[in-house]
Amino acid sequence: MSDTQSGAPDRAEPLLFELGSPGRSGIDLPAPAGCATRLGSAERSTGIGLPDLDEATVVRHYTRLSRLNHGIDTAFYPLGSCTMKHNPRLHEKLARLPGFADVHPLQPISTVQGALTVIDELARWLRTLTGLPAVAMWPAAGAHGELCGLMAIRAAHEAKGEARHRILVPDSAHGTNPATAAFCGFEVEKVQEGTDGRVDTASLEAALGPDVAAIMLTNPNTCGVFESDIQAMAEATHAAGAYFYCDGANFNALVGKVKPGDLGVDAMHINLHKTFSTPHGGGGPGAGPTVLSAALAPFAPLPWVLPEDGGQLRLLEQATGPAGASFGRLRAFHGQMGTFVRALAYCLSYGREGIRQVAEDAVLNANYLRSALADTLSPAYPGPCMHECLFDDSFLDGTGVTTLDFAKALIEHGFHPPTVYFPLVVSGALLVEPTETESRTTLDSFIEAALDLAARAHGSEAGNFADAPGNAPRRRADETRAARSPVLRWKPPAAERG
Amino acid sequence: MPNLRYTKDHEWVTVDGDVATVGITEYAQDQLGDIVFVELPEVGRTVAAGEEVAVVESVKAASEVYAPVAGQVTETNPVLSDAPETVNADAAGDGWFLRIRMADPGEFDQLLDEAAYAALTGEA
Repeated sequence: MSDTQSGAPDRAEPLLFELGSPGRSGIDLPAPAGCATRLGSAERSTGIGLPDLDEATVVRHYTRLSRLNHGIDTAFYPLGSCTMKHNPRLHEKLARLPGFADVHPLQPISTVQGALTVIDELARWLRTLTGLPAVAMWPAAGAHGELCGLMAIRAAHEAKGEARHRILVPDSAHGTNPATAAFCGFEVEKVQEGTDGRVDTASLEAALGPDVAAIMLTNPNTCGVFESDIQAMAEATHAAGAYFYCDGANFNALVGKVKPGDLGVDAMHINLHKTFSTPHGGGGPGAGPTVLSAALAPFAPLPWVLPEDGGQLRLLEQATGPAGASFGRLRAFHGQMGTFVRALAYCLSYGREGIRQVAEDAVLNANYLRSALADTLSPAYPGPCMHECLFDDSFLDGTGVTTLDFAKALIEHGFHPPTVYFPLVVSGALLVEPTETESRTTLDSFIEAALDLAARAHGSEAGNFADAPGNAPRRRADETRAARSPVLRWKPPAAERG
Repeated sequence: MPNLRYTKDHEWVTVDGDVATVGITEYAQDQLGDIVFVELPEVGRTVAAGEEVAVVESVKAASEVYAPVAGQVTETNPVLSDAPETVNADAAGDGWFLRIRMADPGEFDQLLDEAAYAALTGEA
């Protein structure tokens, strides 16, 4: 026990269950007196197996765990497709203002006018930045936004009396796209990719038909390239009577530069936690507001924020009046207030011109990395990229070093690895997204590390890669064993089971 | 081997009478890496050619396995639920996935022969 309390960050941290000791507690409360339950024989007569812990032990446990973590606040985190950018502290401060942080969804509407104004103002920014007339603010994250968009699309087809059951999804779309379509009851059909990492327009057109409800495209796609034929694909989709869902997870590459509405998009979610600065990656609250075209707007989920006479805002919570065609509620209450506050703060602190520079710098940084690494690593596609650059594993051919080894070795240099083995259309993919908030100094040190590792992979040290990372708090995990024989919960040692 | 055919989706098929045995190719298991889970169809299910019948999951990716021929699933490999690594060890033998009683045994001859599959994977 004394060893584990020393605070040395390189030691394996025991579980809380292993730290517990009978009789310890954080707070002493007298046993409740005169309290009868009506549970009868259903009343629990034994404990539920939680450890007895004092507060200091718990605080130290979590603090030590946090020191083992790699986050955007500790170092570079170029995890492709995830947009791990710096989150300005000013926005954190605003999100913690008591009026926002402590607001309750059941408060009288007259007392939450400020919160509703934040939601309404942010909605106006999102409509303006996307060039689309409506936005559903409530989806909890990206995939939930996809669900929102597809439910609106299904409602729109049903309103026309059409039963369309197919959705077309290319390989370069985000993995959640086919999952959402299947969850929504649609059949998913893959669309072929051209050799340049872009969707093959002819294949898409050939796959369209009277039973296609929608296409789902990610732009820029997960190969990090812009779908340059997107308008032609949108036109073909609309001509076939289908809708165009665009996955907006990569909006960071376009924000302020391109309005998806101008490209023919009917629905698109915006990951506020990615593009608009909310800490994410640890499962913390995100938000996936979904913009909708005029054709889909009437079906937007409840509640609707509407202006009242006298300047007040109100919530329309029933599918009546202007919301008569709404497909209903998507979740309890009104979304993540903290994320809305951060996102509005982000828009206001950058302003329109600043937001445009976000996209420009994100693309510039990715291309800086790409061009510096292009001669040594192997870019998956020719030409410039958008906000992330994709490499395949052909630069490791003959070395015995795999993409996974290379990624793990980057940890030894203090970097979070890029996304690996995704997208699937590229062999041994390495997807690097630096974001706009990294300095040239950081990018240069990453480039230096990647070049050094590539040289070592081709030298006499190639064998060392299998053991990487050598200096991390946790060494290489046995992913295969973890997947084949997962240990899903702690169990008390047999000797102490009594 | 005239009795062995392939699909462009990297399944192999052998035939005995009107029953086809289906698995994934050595090339496919090598690309997938360590296989950690195989989801097999229910015996008795009727499948169309090209229909998804199984899912194979590795540490890198999850992929669908498609029925190379139409018919009824008569048997699935009981070993794979507890030992999915059998596919890595012996993709063309003990790591077979399922057996299908073919609705049209003529379908088998339309699948890729060894040379055509080798050309597809660049291992000709």
